[in-house]
Amino acid sequence: MKRFPGVVASNGVNLAVRKGEIHCLLGENGAGKTTLMRILYGLYQPDEGEIILNGKAVRISSPRAALSYHIGMVHQHFRLVPTLTVAENVVLGLNEGTGPFLNYKQTCKKISDIADKYGLVVDPRAKVWQLTVGQRQRVEILKALYREASILIMDEPTSVLTPQEVDQLFSTLRTLVDDGLTIIFITHKLDEVMEISDRVTVLRKGKAIATVNTAETNKAQLAELMVGREVVFRLEKNEVNRGEKILVVDDVHALNDRGLPALRGTSFDLYEGEILGVAGVSGNGQRELAEVLTGLRRARRGHVTLEGRAMINCSAREISDMGVAHVPTERKRIGTVPNMTVRDNLILKTYRKPPFSHGMFLDNRAAEENARKAMDEYQIMAPSIDTAVKVLSGGNIQRVVLARELSGDPRLIIAAHPTYGLDVGATEQVREILLAQRDRGAGILLISEDLEEIMTMSDRILVLFEGRVMGVIDAKAAQIERIGLMMAGIEEEEK
Amino acid sequence: MRAPNWLKIERRPTVSGRTVFIISVSAILAALLVAAIFFAVFGVSPIHAYGLILKGALGSRLGLAETVRRAIPLLLIGVGLTIAFRALFWNIGAEGQLLMGAIAAAGVALFSGLPDPLLLPAMFIAGFASGAAWGLIPAVLKVKLGINDVITTLMMNYIAIYLMEWLIHGPWKGPTARGFAYTDQFPRAAWIPTLYGTRVHWPTLVLGLLLALVMYILVTRTKSGFEIRVVGENPDAARFAGISQFKTTLLVMLIAGGFAGLAGVGEVAGIHHKLLGPLNISMGYGYTAIIVAWLARRNPLAVIITSFLFAIIISGGDVIKVSLGLPFQLINVFNGLILFFLIGSEVFIRYKVSFSFRRQ
Repeated sequence: MKRFPGVVASNGVNLAVRKGEIHCLLGENGAGKTTLMRILYGLYQPDEGEIILNGKAVRISSPRAALSYHIGMVHQHFRLVPTLTVAENVVLGLNEGTGPFLNYKQTCKKISDIADKYGLVVDPRAKVWQLTVGQRQRVEILKALYREASILIMDEPTSVLTPQEVDQLFSTLRTLVDDGLTIIFITHKLDEVMEISDRVTVLRKGKAIATVNTAETNKAQLAELMVGREVVFRLEKNEVNRGEKILVVDDVHALNDRGLPALRGTSFDLYEGEILGVAGVSGNGQRELAEVLTGLRRARRGHVTLEGRAMINCSAREISDMGVAHVPTERKRIGTVPNMTVRDNLILKTYRKPPFSHGMFLDNRAAEENARKAMDEYQIMAPSIDTAVKVLSGGNIQRVVLARELSGDPRLIIAAHPTYGLDVGATEQVREILLAQRDRGAGILLISEDLEEIMTMSDRILVLFEGRVMGVIDAKAAQIERIGLMMAGIEEEEK
Repeated sequence: MRAPNWLKIERRPTVSGRTVFIISVSAILAALLVAAIFFAVFGVSPIHAYGLILKGALGSRLGLAETVRRAIPLLLIGVGLTIAFRALFWNIGAEGQLLMGAIAAAGVALFSGLPDPLLLPAMFIAGFASGAAWGLIPAVLKVKLGINDVITTLMMNYIAIYLMEWLIHGPWKGPTARGFAYTDQFPRAAWIPTLYGTRVHWPTLVLGLLLALVMYILVTRTKSGFEIRVVGENPDAARFAGISQFKTTLLVMLIAGGFAGLAGVGEVAGIHHKLLGPLNISMGYGYTAIIVAWLARRNPLAVIITSFLFAIIISGGDVIKVSLGLPFQLINVFNGLILFFLIGSEVFIRYKVSFSFRRQ
């Protein structure tokens, strides 16, 4: 029907994208989605093969060259300067204005015009650090549009967004496509593929397995193509076997990084053998709650007791020694030391105790043995135990974190976004691991912005809004609409 | 503007030790190549000049001895700096820490009245403590108040320099110095023995070699070394793992400052036998050692080699002055160029750059 404006072939991958479509690139972590896109954006050079754009073979040697072909990219991790304003970030690197001077007013006007047209609401004069994650992403899209991109590559754009923000993003994308833009949308979430795309190409192990029309396929088929086997969507979940009260959080107050109140009298209980899910829109105190409970942030007021022992404002090390495991949100920034080996990362918390050290010396043999066992038990795919963690895929890094945190059978597990950014296979495994810990009798606080995850995993669901508990409901009786309202701060009196 | 077609720049996933070695050697060669231009400008054949430098620094017993004695302070300071740099503490203050070590040693030698056999050990201990104390001040300021370590360590150098100037012009000025700004000569018991007929104060050298080995073991085999690596590689993960950044930073600066202090003891007790002007005592060992540690890629054992390499360059300065009649400062040009190319070469460690002349 249409011409083929772009044909990519690299490392044996053939990808054909039509003008004016939303084309999803679906695959597990390490399937080569991001690599392929980086080739398109000029960050990597193909060793073989060619890129054909509007019928002509082109060579994209740098992001700047990509932009000259009107290819724009919104990275998974944003490339913004937090201390500059939105407008400054948008024009950064462009030769705008006369001589060294920028016509700020005119620039802001131009940005506002683009923003209004596509529903990308954001104040051009706001500093980027003041913006929410969703707003920052809009700035990234604005950057590409300001540079007159006609092909927009979006690398896992929804992984950082709330459900509402995802809806907004999708409506923006549809407007863009109506305007003639082409969008390549990288994801590993099947729901998104079904909702947003016109066509989808499935990648597995660096190869394009198939390209299908979204209207002619379904989730099960895509999942099978992606993983290479049938995928069970229902988790096997045993009946909850709730034991003693293990964690009591009572009237906790804490500030966020900007010194504003983030937790304002948070209170709840957690029992052994249950998963308590914490739902809420990003930025309502989830992060601060996890940090207070793990000793990374000081509470200003309140009490936290673990099995009757006061835990509030203990150091991270003391809390860890009390049997609290922490699966942090940012596994690369906080959870691991990317430049250190798998072996060393696995003893990051236990290195100072036997068998990993005797006196002042480390026992490398014990660390090696521990690493071999962990790699086996948690199916960590790494070339060797001496591989730096930074070269592993997200799923494997999370396996390293879990293997470390869950060793020594913790009493309480604080898991923040444990499957964030993971592919189907890894997500499935992480969830099974957490459920096994629950069945063993550990209490688990599961913080997630993925409502589906909260609903399937939790025994009880707690909704956090502006640092307060809006309510705790039984997961079996939970309706997503009611949770959605509570997340928006409605229904407070029912508490 | 587009990158040219024949250029390919890609991120390296992992880097082998061999690659790092080749890149480091290439950086030094590139520096020598550019330095050759300076010789040419002065009308001296670079090959002739480099030949003379090598011959002067290594070709005779005395030349070699002078090179080795210059390697001693570079070794001690360089080993300490590898530890500080591993924890990402940018200690630019080794020069001041060295001078503080020298001052403390001189104080003990001249005024303590300790019995002879205790004198040298006491000087080394005092020198270590004094250098360490000088290094700990910026460490505390950084961790507790967030004050930039580069600035504070650098400024502390000037305080040490002027403190020393004041001492030798004022209260410590020696009655026997005939009006010069020196202290009196140290008693004989406060002299570090030297190899016969040279200025190689071998006990300090042995100490340096020993400490290089000990520090290598510290970094690779101990709990403290593990903590230093974690704090340096990812301070957030250190916090998460309950590793105290404060204690770790204090430890690395205790080592870095202390070792620089030991180097100061070696210089005054092994060579000068009195306290004299700061420039006479150090001539920038504290700064050169930064390059020494960096060239060693923060590996304490590799400092043994790199400190010797830079000692050759310093000795080369004598040759440049005496045999070629060129300014001694040319060695600073050398050092500057080497650091310049080393820092530049970091790009090649992180990225793989390749050329292709294939037709499109």
